[in-house]
Amino acid sequence: MIDLSQMDKTFKILLAAMVVLVILVPVGLIATGTAFGEWGPDELQSAVGFVPTGLQQLSDLWTPLLPDYDFPGGHDTLATQAPGYYVSAIVGSVIVGGVAFLIGKAVIKRDDTN
Amino acid sequence: MHIPDGYLGPTTFVVMYLIMIPIWLYAGYWVQKSLRSRQIPYLALGAAFSFVIMMFNVPVPGGSSGHAVGSALVGIILGPWTAVVTTSCALLIQCLVFGDGGITAFGANCFNMGTVIPFVGYYSYKLIAGNSDLTSNLRIAAAAIGGYLGLSIAAGVAGFEMGIQPILEHTAAGIPLYMPYGLNVTIPAMLIDHMGFFSWVELIVTGLGFAYIAKNSPEVIFDYKSTADKKPEVTPGAAAS
Repeated sequence: MIDLSQMDKTFKILLAAMVVLVILVPVGLIATGTAFGEWGPDELQSAVGFVPTGLQQLSDLWTPLLPDYDFPGGHDTLATQAPGYYVSAIVGSVIVGGVAFLIGKAVIKRDDTN
Repeated sequence: MHIPDGYLGPTTFVVMYLIMIPIWLYAGYWVQKSLRSRQIPYLALGAAFSFVIMMFNVPVPGGSSGHAVGSALVGIILGPWTAVVTTSCALLIQCLVFGDGGITAFGANCFNMGTVIPFVGYYSYKLIAGNSDLTSNLRIAAAAIGGYLGLSIAAGVAGFEMGIQPILEHTAAGIPLYMPYGLNVTIPAMLIDHMGFFSWVELIVTGLGFAYIAKNSPEVIFDYKSTADKKPEVTPGAAAS
């Protein structure tokens, strides 16, 4: 599907930049706080004193494979979170890139000759 | 800015899906009409880039955290409609595989991060850059500012969607059923966190990414010919356009 020898130089450099980003990804673990409006029901309980009933019902609608970009087990140090974070970054970017590639293949019919 | 399941009530999340359906369809049509097969790898790379850049969480004082999205850069390089597709791909996998952003809130998240950011980013960039040279400092600054404004305005929009929940969805006694904080909390919180911190990351990422591509590979930029008609030696046909 992807022939590396056919790729232009720019694409290779941008791909290399992506690899560097993935290598650096544990930097994103330094921030430990929950983003505004993304709290779990327990965090809301302690912040406002109750869990809204509708929120409680919807909050466990879906069980993801790698919740919070980590393996199961409640890791709380950077060193124990890093392996799961790396795997998430690699698996995630391959799947996301793959889905976008397949959409592109399905939708884009024109090449430079037409 | 990934709104989880449970923060938006049914009225809001259904409306956001209904808004996104025509946007997704038109984005697909635009990509089909405007991109060429050699750009498919860039489409894939743009989506993967958005996914990874969102993993770079930045801490803010007060214990919260957040991140850039990267869709302003994709919007400027591959077009805002393309960024709708790439960001939606990233958000879909984040939601399904990693539980980042809700399934019910997927439409809202695709609107905020996948539509508002690239369109505000791209049109701010176009407006500020004007007729400046492709590699001019003004155009690089325009891309950077586009990233800043795109993320900041999207944060305000997400804050609005969350903040109207106590008005729209509550028990007979007035107790909120979904997001418990109102607009007076959600909008300032989202704007301060983003305009003070995360949008600066978007600014740097968009400015650096654009500067690199404009200097080294301008032909990757989707509207290159219309922005670079001062360089006839690279685009012989551009003088006629």
